[in-house]
Amino acid sequence: MKVSMSVNGRQVSGEAEPRTLLVHFLRESLGLTGTHVGCESSYCGACTISLDGKAVLSCTMLAAQADGADITTVEGLAQDGELHPVQEGFWERHGLQCGFCTPGMIMSAVTLLEENPEPSEEEIRRGIEGNLCRCTGYHNIVQAIEYAGARMRGEEPAPAEWENA
Amino acid sequence: MYPRPFEYVLPSGLDDALDALDANPGAKVLAGGMSLLPMMKMRLLSPEMVVDIGRIAGLDQITDNGDSISIGALVTHSEVAASGLVGEHGAALATAASWTGDRQVRNRGTCCGSMVHADVAADQPAAALALGATMVAASSSGTREIAAADFFVDTLMSALEPNEILTEIRIPKVGAGTGSAYDKLGRRGGHTDYAVAGVAVSVTRSNGSVSAATVAVTGVGNRPVLVGEVADALVGSDGSDAAVEAAAAQATCGIEVLEDLYGSVDYKTHLAQVFAARAVKAALASAA
Ligand SMILES: Cc1cc2nc3c(=O)[nH]c(=O)nc-3n(C[C@H](O)[C@H](O)[C@H](O)COP(=O)(O)OP(=O)(O)OC[C@H]3O[C@@H](n4cnc5c(N)ncnc54)[C@H](O)[C@@H]3O)c2cc1C
Ligand code: FES
Ligand code: FES
Repeated sequence: MKVSMSVNGRQVSGEAEPRTLLVHFLRESLGLTGTHVGCESSYCGACTISLDGKAVLSCTMLAAQADGADITTVEGLAQDGELHPVQEGFWERHGLQCGFCTPGMIMSAVTLLEENPEPSEEEIRRGIEGNLCRCTGYHNIVQAIEYAGARMRGEEPAPAEWENA
Repeated sequence: MYPRPFEYVLPSGLDDALDALDANPGAKVLAGGMSLLPMMKMRLLSPEMVVDIGRIAGLDQITDNGDSISIGALVTHSEVAASGLVGEHGAALATAASWTGDRQVRNRGTCCGSMVHADVAADQPAAALALGATMVAASSSGTREIAAADFFVDTLMSALEPNEILTEIRIPKVGAGTGSAYDKLGRRGGHTDYAVAGVAVSVTRSNGSVSAATVAVTGVGNRPVLVGEVADALVGSDGSDAAVEAAAAQATCGIEVLEDLYGSVDYKTHLAQVFAARAVKAALASAA
């Protein structure tokens, strides 16, 4: 069957089987391998994308269900070579180690900040509940999201913890 | 991890969807897909046909019917959690929805799908029981209403027939003096993930005593159930902490508590009692 959608601002279409999962359509048909496949069973969040502005698991959706949708993947965040504030936050606050969870974590954070521009630490932690990271212990990820939130509100981010030490 | 091949049908109206179900006994309804797709990927389920109800108009609303509110088949957990109407008349359900899975799951999964899936440890079914919800089921021969109390039949089995679609859940509106609450321990600790034990409560206070109560328990047995013993012990009491603790001690009355990966029979029995007391206290506080 034919499916069409907008991905990172570009109208795309392609052939998919009914059982083709959205993550495979993105990675294999469109070549957008930024979205990762971790557990492939709905638990890790590595495959998180933004679908019509909401964080969803692209491994637990059929490509057919996304027909007509407006999708943003991690590849669509940077504009004209400028990192998105959330990407910049992960860079500045060391929000990643191996990087495997990062695309999903970033998309989760981007949608979270769109819904709630000034989340508390508790709200950030709850907001990334569906994203597992086996490296960082989450602490720096929370700091990265706080940094991004400040940048997106036009505020000066608090200095990195290690600068106060 | 791919599901086995299946035929995909995308009806634009309810009648087309019901006809497809009638014509294909091996078909499965797809709503949010948060339970069906994982099962299909693990090949625990391989339907020949998937009927995607995701684009049927009119099923994505929470509506005010005057004396009740309706939650349509496509309303997501996030939308239930954020709804002022649900918060006012069914706080237990709004809370249960806000503690279902994680943000990604709540953005796709539906309240109605959670009812039909009927997991032993699902959150929102307990709230539907406590709130006295009515399930509205459509088939090609018409619609019927099923009381929540008759809906959860067994593990992963609801009273819905394979050719029926749950089009809405209806919750009676409540007035001053009535309040509801849900509390649970999630499998990943705190309120996260399916309930190791969860309790939903609705109570009404009048003239300083409890005049009505319903209590439902999930996670500990083979299905979410009403526990009349706790409710009976509350009704007529003054709602004091002592009365609540005594009533909550009966939380697993009539339930065959099952041991699983998340706890022994003793532990889950204890948790049900603890969360029954917490949920009753929270419901009473909101009914004041
Ligand atoms: C990672 C993860 C964590 C989760 N955590 C929790 C949790 O903490 N608590 C909890 O309660 N649940 C949890 N769930 C389950 C989640 O709530 C599902 O959304 C819900 O069980 C099913 O709703 P759905 O819309 O996704 O249904 P689907 O997956 O589309 O369908 C589920 C079943 O119901 C049937 N069905 C769905 N809608 C209808 C309808 N309107 N009429 C007829 N049949 C229908 C389908 O045919 C299928 O058999 C979790 C799921 C995941 C993946
Ligand atoms: S790959 Fe989708 S949740 Fe893990
Ligand atoms: S950085 Fe390695 S899993 Fe998160």
